[in-house]
Amino acid sequence: MSAEGKTTSEYIQHHLQNLTCSLQDGHFHCAHTAEEAKAMGFWAINVDTLLVSLVLGLVFLFLFGRVAKTISTDTPSGMQNFVEWVVEFIDGSVRGSFTGRNAMVAPLALSIFAWIFMMNLMDLVPIDYIALITEPMGIGHFKLVPTTDPNATIGMAVGVFLLVLYYSIKVKGLGGFVGELTLQPFGKFGLPVNIFLEGVNLIAKPVSLALRLFGNMYAGEMIFILIALMGASWAGASFGSTLLFGSQVMLSLGWAIFHILIVTLQAFIFMTLTIVYLDMAHQEHH
Amino acid sequence: MNINATLIGQTIMFALFVWFCMKFVWPPIMAALDARNKRIADGLAAAERGKNDLALAAKRSAELLREAKEKVAEIIALGDKRASNIVEEAKAQARAEGERIVVAAKAEIEQEVFRAREQLRTQVSVVALAGASKILGREIDAKTHSDLLDKLVAEI
Repeated sequence: MSAEGKTTSEYIQHHLQNLTCSLQDGHFHCAHTAEEAKAMGFWAINVDTLLVSLVLGLVFLFLFGRVAKTISTDTPSGMQNFVEWVVEFIDGSVRGSFTGRNAMVAPLALSIFAWIFMMNLMDLVPIDYIALITEPMGIGHFKLVPTTDPNATIGMAVGVFLLVLYYSIKVKGLGGFVGELTLQPFGKFGLPVNIFLEGVNLIAKPVSLALRLFGNMYAGEMIFILIALMGASWAGASFGSTLLFGSQVMLSLGWAIFHILIVTLQAFIFMTLTIVYLDMAHQEHH
Repeated sequence: MNINATLIGQTIMFALFVWFCMKFVWPPIMAALDARNKRIADGLAAAERGKNDLALAAKRSAELLREAKEKVAEIIALGDKRASNIVEEAKAQARAEGERIVVAAKAEIEQEVFRAREQLRTQVSVVALAGASKILGREIDAKTHSDLLDKLVAEI
């Protein structure tokens, strides 16, 4: 266990620290501690988050793209079957909640669902295993689950928010969109109140998207870390150590099984809310 | 857990993935699914049509069978009638033939009777002559009395 030689709080902090790197004095430098990462300011990147999400996104696009290239209308088999099942599920969801006509929403929903699902799924990799690969390479921190990094979830929520703004203005016109923000629900005399209410309403969309996903995954990851700590306190073949070790095995199994649900559910919620927000953006009156 | 430029990178990556998915992944899969849906619907419709055709054909074959049976019965009845006609005709013919034979036989018998009578007549004249000559004795000359005898013969 990589917890050896660390205190409990050090172990937890170690697992919650991203691989934050930035350009300093002309060369790429990665932070070793949380303080160092914080000191890098905004113009730093979390290499682990970007790398893992990029790889997972490419895996998704590769798998689905390969099927899309060779797809046939004959009896599907294997991977094509799976891809068709996913696509039909997404298509059904979009048809169920999106009333406008926009060819972009369904592929957007598929990308969101598949990508977030895979990123969340990384949560099921035992938390100390990734260190077995990264530590020999001299990489001190590596968070395998991009959705436990608020940058990733906020990044995606910003993408969705930009789309919501774009389609609101495209469908309703700039005047219509501004009118929606300022003239309801209390008419033009309640303008400041309207702006406040509708502004909160608008801003709440990306914030709730980002923070719900981040919060759920971060909490899940945290519990995995705490469960992993039980076995880390192994101190010889005593009754207490054995009990703790057994508890770790049983609890991580239980939490992982429960997490399969969370992983899918959070991906699904993010996707469904995106569809709903875009649907609202497409509606003339609401 | 700092907010940094990762956010921008993630947004760009997100946009690119969505763009790629929209361009190269979704349309071909959806097109194939729609095509298959159409094919299945067509197949089901064709099966339905086939079933209807089969029912129709079964109905038609039953009708044909019934018609054929009717025709056969008609032909048999016609044959029966024809056969009885032929028998009747044959009977009538046989009867006519029989009658003809009877008539012919009767005529022949009459002829025979006539001939026998003729013969008998000539012989009667001879017998009468002989009887008369015996009674009269040589007085009667056959030559002189031949016209008398002839008259007698004609009378018989």
